[in-house]
This record gives sequence, structure tokens and C-alpha cells, in this order.
Amino acid sequence: MPRIFAYIGHKDSVIDDSAAELIVAATKIDPSAAPVALVCGCGAELDGACNSLRDSFAEVWKINHDALAYPNAELIRKALLAVVPAGSVVLITHDHFGIDLAPGFSIKLNGAFISDVLDLEPKASGLRVARQEFGGQVSAHMEIDISSGAVISIRPGAFKAPANPPVNGVVVDKGASVGSLAAGRRYLQTVVAESGDVDITKHAILVSIGRGIQDKDNVGIAQELADTLGAAVSCSRPVVDAKWLEKSRQVGSSGKTVRPKVYLACGISGAFQHLAGLKGNPFIIAINKNPKAPIFQVADVGIVDDLLEFIPELTNRVREMHTVSAK
Amino acid sequence: MEILVCARRVPDTSENEITLNSAGTDIERDELVYSINEPDNYAVEEALQIVARVGGSVTVVTVGGEDDEEILRREMAMGATHGILLSDTAFEGSDARGIATILKGIVRKSHYDLILTGVQAEAGGAQVGGMLAAMLDYPFASLVNSIEVLEVKKLKVSREIEGGNREINEIDLPCVLSIQTGINEPRYVGMRGIRAVASVAIPNYGAGDLGVDTSRVGAKAAKVKRVDYFVPTLGKGAEMLDGSREENIEKVIELMAAKGGLK
Amino acid sequence: MLEGTPAAVQVTSGLIASQPLILAIHILGVAGFAYIVAKRLVPLLRAERDPRFDRPVARVRKVLKFWFGQWKHPRYKVAGTLHILIFAGFLLLAMRAFTVLFAGTSHSLLLGVPGTTAYLYEVATDYAATIVFLCMIFAMVRRLAFKPARYAVPARFGKAHTGDAIFLLALIAILMVADSLFEATKAVGQAHQAGSPAFAAALSLPWLFKVVLVSASLPVLTKLCLGAFLTHQVAFYFLLCYRPFGIQFHVETSLFNVYFAKLERGMLKPVKWGIPDEHLDQVKSLGVKTFEDFTWKHMLDFYSCADCGRCSDNCPANAAGRPLSPRFLSIKARDYAFKHYPMFGTATNGTPLVGGIYSEDEIWSCTTCGACEEECPLLVEYIDKVVDLRRGLVDDGNVPQSLQKPLKALETRGNPYGKMEKKRADWTANKEFQQACRVKTLDKKNGADVLYFVDSISSYDDRMQSISRAAAKVLNYIGENFGVLGAAERDSGHEVRRFGEETLFMALRDHNTEAIRASGVARIVTADPHAYNALKHDYTDMPPVEHISQVMARGVKSGKLRFNPVENSANVYTYHDPCYLGRHNQIYEDPRQVLDAIPGLKRVEMTRSRDRSFCCGGGGLMLFYEPKEEERIGVKRVRMAAEAGANVIVTACPFCMVNIEDAIKVAGLEGKMTAIDLVELVDQHIERESPAAAHEEIQTHQESVTGR
Repeated sequence: MPRIFAYIGHKDSVIDDSAAELIVAATKIDPSAAPVALVCGCGAELDGACNSLRDSFAEVWKINHDALAYPNAELIRKALLAVVPAGSVVLITHDHFGIDLAPGFSIKLNGAFISDVLDLEPKASGLRVARQEFGGQVSAHMEIDISSGAVISIRPGAFKAPANPPVNGVVVDKGASVGSLAAGRRYLQTVVAESGDVDITKHAILVSIGRGIQDKDNVGIAQELADTLGAAVSCSRPVVDAKWLEKSRQVGSSGKTVRPKVYLACGISGAFQHLAGLKGNPFIIAINKNPKAPIFQVADVGIVDDLLEFIPELTNRVREMHTVSAK
Repeated sequence: MEILVCARRVPDTSENEITLNSAGTDIERDELVYSINEPDNYAVEEALQIVARVGGSVTVVTVGGEDDEEILRREMAMGATHGILLSDTAFEGSDARGIATILKGIVRKSHYDLILTGVQAEAGGAQVGGMLAAMLDYPFASLVNSIEVLEVKKLKVSREIEGGNREINEIDLPCVLSIQTGINEPRYVGMRGIRAVASVAIPNYGAGDLGVDTSRVGAKAAKVKRVDYFVPTLGKGAEMLDGSREENIEKVIELMAAKGGLK
Repeated sequence: MLEGTPAAVQVTSGLIASQPLILAIHILGVAGFAYIVAKRLVPLLRAERDPRFDRPVARVRKVLKFWFGQWKHPRYKVAGTLHILIFAGFLLLAMRAFTVLFAGTSHSLLLGVPGTTAYLYEVATDYAATIVFLCMIFAMVRRLAFKPARYAVPARFGKAHTGDAIFLLALIAILMVADSLFEATKAVGQAHQAGSPAFAAALSLPWLFKVVLVSASLPVLTKLCLGAFLTHQVAFYFLLCYRPFGIQFHVETSLFNVYFAKLERGMLKPVKWGIPDEHLDQVKSLGVKTFEDFTWKHMLDFYSCADCGRCSDNCPANAAGRPLSPRFLSIKARDYAFKHYPMFGTATNGTPLVGGIYSEDEIWSCTTCGACEEECPLLVEYIDKVVDLRRGLVDDGNVPQSLQKPLKALETRGNPYGKMEKKRADWTANKEFQQACRVKTLDKKNGADVLYFVDSISSYDDRMQSISRAAAKVLNYIGENFGVLGAAERDSGHEVRRFGEETLFMALRDHNTEAIRASGVARIVTADPHAYNALKHDYTDMPPVEHISQVMARGVKSGKLRFNPVENSANVYTYHDPCYLGRHNQIYEDPRQVLDAIPGLKRVEMTRSRDRSFCCGGGGLMLFYEPKEEERIGVKRVRMAAEAGANVIVTACPFCMVNIEDAIKVAGLEGKMTAIDLVELVDQHIERESPAAAHEEIQTHQESVTGR
């Protein structure tokens, strides 16, 4: 069985949520495996990340290099190739960084590649994985030959991490194996998204709208409900693409990450990129005309109804209650 | 600047409901409408805009068969100068790595300054672009949502990252970029334009023309294979409220208050 | 009786003495005008062809009705009356003006023509000049003090036109004064001789001058006479040469503009006159991209626009705050022509209009409702121009993203929703419906007399399918032997064509034409006014086509359609005229006759009805367009219904239904206002053996809409 590695990203010494999920995925591939964490960066920040990882990984390979202060996928790839043995299996989260690094890395590692995996099951004929296709409308089982190594990217949130007792792992400094790093792509800066007039990350209740709102003019319906509840209006990507709301209102992997207490998903289908922006286990109430919408799988409470009629009535009812309680 | 855009013909997800066929072995393919993969269309539009600014030409290439020619013609109606079909029985059943190997063949055949692909296609793999770049030893950037030509051999590109932020990079040419939707507003391709290119010649290249080693492509060489399609049995999911609208509203308010969402 | 008395001659002696000056002014004036007009004609010579030289009798009739008869003017009472008076005055005065002018060149002309006709003409023109003068004063006061809203110039279109308007009005007033003074001095001179101070045309302007000047001395009269003449002459020629530089050019061009106006309603001009469809792919560029791509008649339209603002005042897009104002489509193009085809110097080549004087949103905002064309007293045409501009945008690939998806769906699936062709007739499969009525699909084995052409929205939209079912039941009840094309039917292409995608339209049209011919039907009926208009005007060699309201009106008259009393007698109904049934095809009374045949039905008219109906917001592709607007067009219409005292809006078009039902929600009138299609209402009320089955479907739907 090839050795299993897990690439872990970090920021300000805080490791990505997905770290624990990658361990679960690794154990599914090989129950006896103790995956090795691969972590790149430099200085105190990297040390902090490595320290956190010692709680969950038996071995943490630290790749310390000045050029890796910012995670540039092209440079990181070169660094990883210097330390990861040929024939290894490397797990990585399917996020913006994973999309950037993994495919090219698999070529240079000379291993197979498969992305955005939801489930793993080793079989005699190969590793069987489950993936979604066509925007989540169907799923497919694929088989990948990992015998000469592989890079596998994992869907965030697909492998729920049980709370394991802390391991007291060891940090191995691999920086010396990496020589000078240069690449045809150089990081310049990060432009932070405009915060807009409303910061959706700061609200306890979010009234979130998706394509089901149908028209820019109907956004007002959501705003009225939000005003009544003291909430903010957020949305999924299609609403921003159609220019009905600014980007700063988007919840999702390419939008904002929010941690509200209550999340009203109105006319949102439930694509994973959107749900990826919802953290902290909020209470999700979903309203959608389509009883088969994927959102009903993840919501706590679901209502099949026309949001254009349901929402205004909900608003009226809440208003009634407020006037009653004010007396 | 000579730009190559790698495109793919896919069932149009917005025009079709994708369901399993009755045998459960594949998706139902009768009555499917096909079109160019949406991110690839954005890539072609981006290429056309770059060439309008700095000169050059746009070539669109796809790996497939006769049916796939239609997307090449459509992109040529949009403004691409050349369309190329890479077709060979040896290519059938290739996995993403195989496709990238075939595309490497066409890149090596001619010189291109810039190679674009869409971020991902219908399988959501998001892999061919990155693989192709690594095979060519060209620098790569994914999820590109803006391109600025700096000097002849350099670009400034922005990548879409979490939180709606943008990662700005400088990248040397020749390079490969995977393009995210929303980077531009693709122009309309009218029926007239499509008819005008209906009889334009589209060269067909096989493994021999591209110098591709057939043992490294096709079904036999694939390390990733599809076993089946399925629709997952739904888990418990949400508690569905099935009262009247008024009853549902009362319940929602009750729940919101209980979960700390209502004052 | 006027005679050539010595004193009269003496009064006009100043003119005789100044003949060289007067002649010079004549020559300058005429030459100037000729030069200016020639320069104005230059772009028309470079323009696209436009065959408007046929059917002279019909054209002359139009001239008599709209130009001479000022037919459209009374639609705005105050301005209309003013203009009719001014126009009549101008016509009357025209002859006098010429005689006055040439009086300066001939001794005998100066003395006036003797005889009763001449006398009556004198009196008439005296009053005419007075009325025109008073109208000028009134018009100036109106512009400055009352400021009618439609004259205002929105900031984005530049400065107000008031200054120029006042200048012109003042000049004409001066012209009237000068003319009156001239006549007065002559008459006073003659009166001195004849000894009779009684003047004709009491209280007219010339009369006033005559009274004031009656005791003036001969030298004073002579000077005044010359002064008045020269003022008149200079003012006349100044106006003549100034008019082609602004809106007053309509004085000269209006006759031609009306003569060459379009004779048929509802039809669009072909992409290029004289080039058949099959040869269009050889044409390099389609549509209007630069000014020279317009036809000469369109350019003449731009010259003829009198800036009255009636078009924009009735334009629903303008009312909703969209960027479109038809008036400014004309004014901006006219200014462009003036700028690029100057009086001196070479003409500059065409620059792109959209992105230049026009914005894209301006051009896409138009719903093609035709209100502008209906109002315009000069018969300026707008729809063809907007469609031509759209053709140019489509040719360049410059189509809004929101429209690209439905267009692609129309191309691949024959309907803008992207739904499968084979599901087009699924609306007939409703179980309850099939018990009441079976709809046959026409094919080689099944024929019929009548084709019920459903079109896309009524086939695929859940709500509109009930209109199709109701229509089928009504046709069945009347005893029509009908069928549908089913999956062989494609979108009629009506909006596809009006949004500039001519090639796609032709593909849809050709497909449908073949299917219709193969079906062998003798007649076509549709419940969709857009399909109706397409089959009638965009398609050729079709069997006769009717809208279902016409069929129902016939049924009412013949007694075949009998109704139960109205279900809810408390309801107040109002009928909303759909643009493509009403204005474009002038079917106003048939739907009303059907409504009035339902016993006990209370009906009111909205202020804007029949040819002044206010568009619901537009149909077809317009449903997908995302305009920038302040208030939805449909919301305005729904408020009009509420103002008229109605609580049910009856319409006869599925697109009107979509917009109005939507608008009722947005306007917050849910529960207070409902909408129903005419055919649904009829189906609900037909006197049947078991009325219950018939209106069950409508009932359940209405409940779900109103929540009752």
C-alpha cells in the first residue's frame, strides 16, 4: 500500500477545517494508515500550524522555505516533489488551492488523479470513489488505479470528522531537501473583496436568496423579511452573476463564509459550493418549489412552497406578532 | 498573440434535466441538447478580446468525433480563426490525463503563446488544464477571472479565491490558464454567423499527425474509469413541514425563536 | 373695392424705390433655401432604398386625412386646437405671403386684385393672421408658464429646447405683425383716397393697425409700409432658411413625410428592401449600425420630428423610467445628421450609432407596442428603426446576456424555455381536461378545418396552459373542427424578429410554414395576439388567421355562444387592450362585445383604452430582458385599472397575463385585484349542461392566485 500524505493549508497559524476530514478519507483508503501531514510555509506562522497538526497527525512534515511565505501552487508543487516519495498517495482538499495544485502535481508525481471525491472504498480492482457530475444532478462511481501513486482531492465536508483523542505527533523538518524555488508564476498581492454596505458575516439571522427569487424586483421581498427580523439578506452565486445583489452578499466557496444561528434558504437549490460557505452548524430552514432540491438533504426544516408567496406572508405574520407584543 | 482554447462539447445542464436511463447504466441521452461547455465559451470570448487588443488569432480545439465539430463551428462563428478536431479511434475512452496528452500533441505541433481552458466541464473534474501545463512544463493558473497583457511575454492574472477575494499573479508566456465563468460577457452567436461558417474546412488530426504515443491514451491507458452512474439514496434530510401555509409559517416562527433567531 | 388710387400708390412708393434691395433679398433667400435643402438631401441620397412610390391613391388619402385634416392633433386637446388653428392659418396665409413678397417686384401686384373673391380672401387672411398671432402668444405663455411635462428635456439628453421654441414662436408672431402692418398701411392709404374710414375684418390685427394709423400722414405711412414689408420679407426668408436647422423643418417636410408614410400596420420592413431572404447571407452587414444604414424615409422622419413629445408621453418604457424616449431617438439622429452633413465642408463618415448617440439599453428597452407611432401627428415611424438597430446589434454579437439563453433555446428547442419539443402538447394531457375535450394533433391521418396555433408560452407555461385548455373547450363548444400541430409547432418567432434575430426568425417561420401547409387546414385561430400578428404579417401565403376573440364575437352574434349570468356580480371588470390585438390590428370591439354578452357583467373602461391602451410591459423575449427601470410597466397598468374602479382585469393575451399577474403582486394588490383571460372567463360562463365541470379548473387556479 502506498504511503498516504495529506496536504494541509493554513493561515495565520490556523490550519484548515478540512485537516481532520483528510484523515478520515485516508483511513477509508487504508484503515491501518497513519497519514503524514504535509505543510508548507515559513517562519513562526508555519511553526504554529505544525504545532496544531501534532494533535491529529502522527507525523508532520514541515517544509520551511522563504519563497513559500504565500502559498503559490507552482512553487509548492516543486517543494512537494522534492520530499514526497514516488508512488505515494497525496490527499488534498478540493478548494481554490487544491484545484490549482493537484492536477499538475499528479502529472509530475506520475500518479493517477481524481478530484472532488465524496466517498472512498478500496476494492480489488482499484480504489472506488463516488463523485457528483452535471452540477450534482447525478452521481457516479469511478475507479482509480492508485498502485503507482495518486493525487486525490476531497470534497470539503464530505468526510465528517469524529472527535479523535489527540495524538502526540512529531514534526519532521524537510526544508533542507528543497533547493531553490522559482517558477513562471509569481504572486503579487491579494485584493480583498469590497465589504459593501452590509457585512453578512456579522448577522445571526440570514435571509438567503437563490435563483428561485426569479427577478431583481423580487429581492425586495427578502429585504422586507430581513428588516422585520433584524436580519441581513445574503445570496448564492447565480444572484450575483445576474447582478441582482453585490458580490459581498454571496455565501459560498467563492463568496463569504458565514456562521449564523438561523439560515433561511429561499429558492436556493443547495449546490455544494454555496453550502461550503455555511459553517458553525446553523439551523437551516429551506423553502423551495422543487421537492427534490438538494437543499432539503442538508436543511433542518423544509417547506415546499412558492417563496414569492410564502415570504411576504411570513413577513406579515412576524410584523403582526411584533405589534401584538408591543402592546 | 496566438491563443489556443481547448473546448469540450457537453450536454447543456441548463437546457436538460439529467436523469438516469431506465437500465441505470448511464444517463438518459436521447433528447439531450449539447453545446460548448460554458466556461470554455467564456475562454473563447476572453481570447477574442485579448486578440482584439494585441493582435493575433484564436484557435479552438476539441478532442472527439464528427458530432463535436459543431462547437468548433460555433466558436468560429463567434470569431475564432481556426477550428481543429483531434479525432482517432485510439483516443476513445481516454481519461483526463489521456486528453491532456492528446492536447499536448497539438500544442507541440504549432506554436501558441497562450493556452486557455474552461475551469471545469460537466464532470466537474477541473483537471485537464493543470495536467496539460505540467506536461508542457508551462506555468499554470486556475480559476482566472481577469487577464491583463503586460509585455509581450508576461500576463497579469487574477484568480478567484475564498471570500470573493482575488489573488493577483504575474505569469510568464507561454502558459496555460483555466478560465472561470463571469470573466466577461460573451458575445451572441447568431444563426447567421453559424450558417456562414457551415462549410468552412476543419482539419482533423489523429495520433500519427500529433506524434501521440497510442499506448499512453485511450481506454487501455486510462487509470481512471467510470463504473456507473447512480442517484444516491436520500438520507434523512430535512423535516418537511406539510401543513397549510399558515401552519408552516407559525412553525417557522416558533423554530426561529427557539434557535435564537427571533427577538 | 380696391382701386389703384394715387395715395395707395404713394404709400407703396417706398417699395418701388427699394426694388433692387427687395430683389436681392428674394434672390438670397431663395438661393439660400435651395442650397440648404440640397445639403439636407445629401444623406438621403446615400441612404438605403425604401420603395414608397406605390399606391398613390392610398397615399393621397393619407395626406388628406393626416396632413390636411390634422387627424391626430385633437388627441391632445389644447395643443391640438392650437396647431389646427396655426396650420389652417398658415395655409390661408400662404397665398397672401407670396403675393406680398412679389408685390415688391411688381407695381400692379401691389395694388391688389379687384373683385369679391379677393375681398373675401382679404378678410379671411386678416383674421387668420390675427389668430395665428394670438396662438403664438398663447403658445409662448404656455411654454413659459404652464410648461407641459412632455416638452421637458431629461438631463441626459441635454438642455431644454424652450429657448429655441420661444425664438421661433416670436419670429412667427413678428411675421404676422409685419404682414398686418403692411396690409394696414396700404389700406389706410387707399382709405384716405376713397375717403371712407370703414375697414373690413373688425377686431383683426390689420384692423387694429388701420384704426391706429387712420390719421397717420402719408410720409409716415410710406415709411411704415416699407418697414413692414422689409421686416416681413426678412422674417419670412430668415424663417425659411432657419427652419431646416431645427424642428420647424417639419413645415416643409410634413407633406412628404405623410405621403411616404407606411400604409400597412403590424408589418416590419425587410432587412434590406429588394433583397430576398435567400440572398441575405451574401449581404455583408445586417441592420442599422451607422447613420447611412437608415433608409431615406427614416432620415426624412428625423427631419420631420416636431419635438412635440407626444410619442414619449405615451411610451410605456419611458413612463417606467427606462432609458428609452422615442422623441429623442429622432432628435438625436437629426442632430447627428446636422453635425455630420454640415452646410459647409465635407460630410464625415458614419460612426456607430449604438455606443455613440444611442445606448444599448435604449434600444433594447422598446416593447414595440406602437403607442409612439399611433400618437405621432407626422406619422414618424419608430418600430422599424428600433428593429433595424437591433438587427445591427445582433449582427455584431452585441446581445444582452439575459437574452442569449432564450435565443439559444429557441434555436435548439424551438421555444425560449429550453423545454423539450415533444412536451409541447402536454397541456392537452391534463386528465380533467380530457374528459371535457379531446384535442387532436394534426398529422397525415388526422386533419381538420381549423388549426389552433398555441405558440410557446401557452404550451409550456403552467399558468398559461389553462388559457389553451379554455380556448380548446370554447372552440369545441362552438363546434369548430380543429387540431393542433403538437410537437411539430415551433415558436412563431414574432419577438425573435422584433429583437433583430432575422435569421433565426426565418428558420422558425419556415419550419412552421411547412407544418401548417402539410396540415391542410383552411383557417388558423390563435389565442395569442403575438402569434396572430406573426401569422398575419410576418408569414406569407398562410390560410386566413383569426384571434379567438373574433371567433367568440361571431359566436355571440350568431347565438352559438350563450352565457350564464356572471358568477360574481360584485366584481367590476375592465378590459385591457393588448398591443398586438388592439393597436397593431385594430381589434377593439370584438372582445368587448363578448364581455358585454355575459349577463350582469359590470364593465368599466380605463382612461387609456383602445388605441391609447398602455402596454403591459411586452411579450416574448421581452419577458427575459432585465431593464433598468424605476417602476415596472405592468405595475403602472394595474394601478390604472384600480383607478378606473375595477377589481378584475380581463385581457386577451398570455403575455399581458404574465405581466399583469406579476404586477398585481409587486404592486401589493394581491387579494384586491385579479386578472383573467377573456377565453377563460368565457369558458367559465358558457351555458352548458353541467356548468360545474367547466369552471372548476379556473376556480382552483384563481384560488391559488388570490389565496382565497
